[in-house]
Amino acid sequence: MAGTDLVMYENEFQKIDEELQKLHQQANANVVFLVDKNGQLIASAGDTHNIDTTSLASLTAGNIAATGGIARLLGEKEFTILFHEGEKDNIHISLIGQRVILVVIFDQRSSLGLVRLRVKKTSEVLTKLFDEITSKAEKEKLEGKVAESPFAEISDEDIDNLFR
Amino acid sequence: MSFINYSSREINCKIVYYGPGLCGKTTNLQYIYKKTNPEQKGKLISLATESERTLFFDFLPLALGDIRGFRVRFHLYTVPGQVFYAASRKLILKGVDGVVFVADSQIERMEANIESLEDLGINLAEQGYAIEKLPYAIQYNKRDLPSVAPLEEMNKILNTNGVQWFEAVATTGIGVFETLKSVAKQVLLELKKHY
Ligand SMILES: Nc1nc2c(ncn2[C@@H]2O[C@H](COP(=O)(O)OP(=O)(O)O)[C@@H](O)[C@H]2O)c(=O)[nH]1
Ligand SMILES: [Mg+2]
Repeated sequence: MAGTDLVMYENEFQKIDEELQKLHQQANANVVFLVDKNGQLIASAGDTHNIDTTSLASLTAGNIAATGGIARLLGEKEFTILFHEGEKDNIHISLIGQRVILVVIFDQRSSLGLVRLRVKKTSEVLTKLFDEITSKAEKEKLEGKVAESPFAEISDEDIDNLFR
Repeated sequence: MSFINYSSREINCKIVYYGPGLCGKTTNLQYIYKKTNPEQKGKLISLATESERTLFFDFLPLALGDIRGFRVRFHLYTVPGQVFYAASRKLILKGVDGVVFVADSQIERMEANIESLEDLGINLAEQGYAIEKLPYAIQYNKRDLPSVAPLEEMNKILNTNGVQWFEAVATTGIGVFETLKSVAKQVLLELKKHY
């Protein structure tokens, strides 16, 4: 398969979660979330229960992919920041280390300047974290070491059960 | 590229429905949406033009159940079939775990099927995937129409690798879940190989 699967363990996830919580607070944001470039939600912070995060994740990734396509047509590498302004809510989308997408939704209680500033800080931390995750995954693959996998034992029956 | 989260005990896989314009990709997703329990599905998102033709993609998240304590989620996408949306199709194939090729069985659409299949091969190759290595199934849709090509002929032309194929009438749901199940199963078995 092309590319490597993203595998995330408990303690890495916790670190990411902490970062998002921090950003959520310090940026005075309504909601903050992290999506992988394929449209899958990784983590979120803030009040998400009025938001369809799964759809939002997919559409955000689509949005980044489309603007990335536009960038290449124009000879740009990528647009790393997108900002959409609404009547009440605004959305700030930024690309982190070519891999994941950080989304911040905020209203008049915050400001674009503050969000930008905080996002920049968070980006640096997250970039490091994801570098660690990647190098760890590569190392484990090299060593042929794989954590006790829940999938090694998947049976046809397990799969059939999903489609009952 | 699946996403396995040991913390939330979830696994996410991406399945793309590919095929020529109007072959029934969106209809497949609509049927799946209609037939799954509310707690198993998210919203069916369609980015469509006013004439209801897919503009960018359709998206349906499905959580069918658990395997060994992990919540298994499939994210189903369709691509826009029309030739001029080539750029969008490439984007949607990014990070794909499995592909369903939906062929339109009408004889007059055979040319369009072939063209779309070639397009799929090229777009996958650009991202380093080979169709023979990817979880993949073919659906011969619109079997209810009068002017359909014989299955044998369709297989000869569109299924040279002899992968699993299904007859379907997406509007009434015939073959829809069988196709999904086939590719989903292959995706999960692929994970088994890797992890
Ligand atoms: N008769 C018949 N019509 C179908 C079938 N599947 C889809 N259609 C119709 O074909 C048209 C195009 O379907 P759609 O799902 O939008 O195609 P897409 O472009 O591949 O997404 C719609 O009018 C569908 O109702 C089928 O199995 N039989
Ligand atoms: Mg469509």
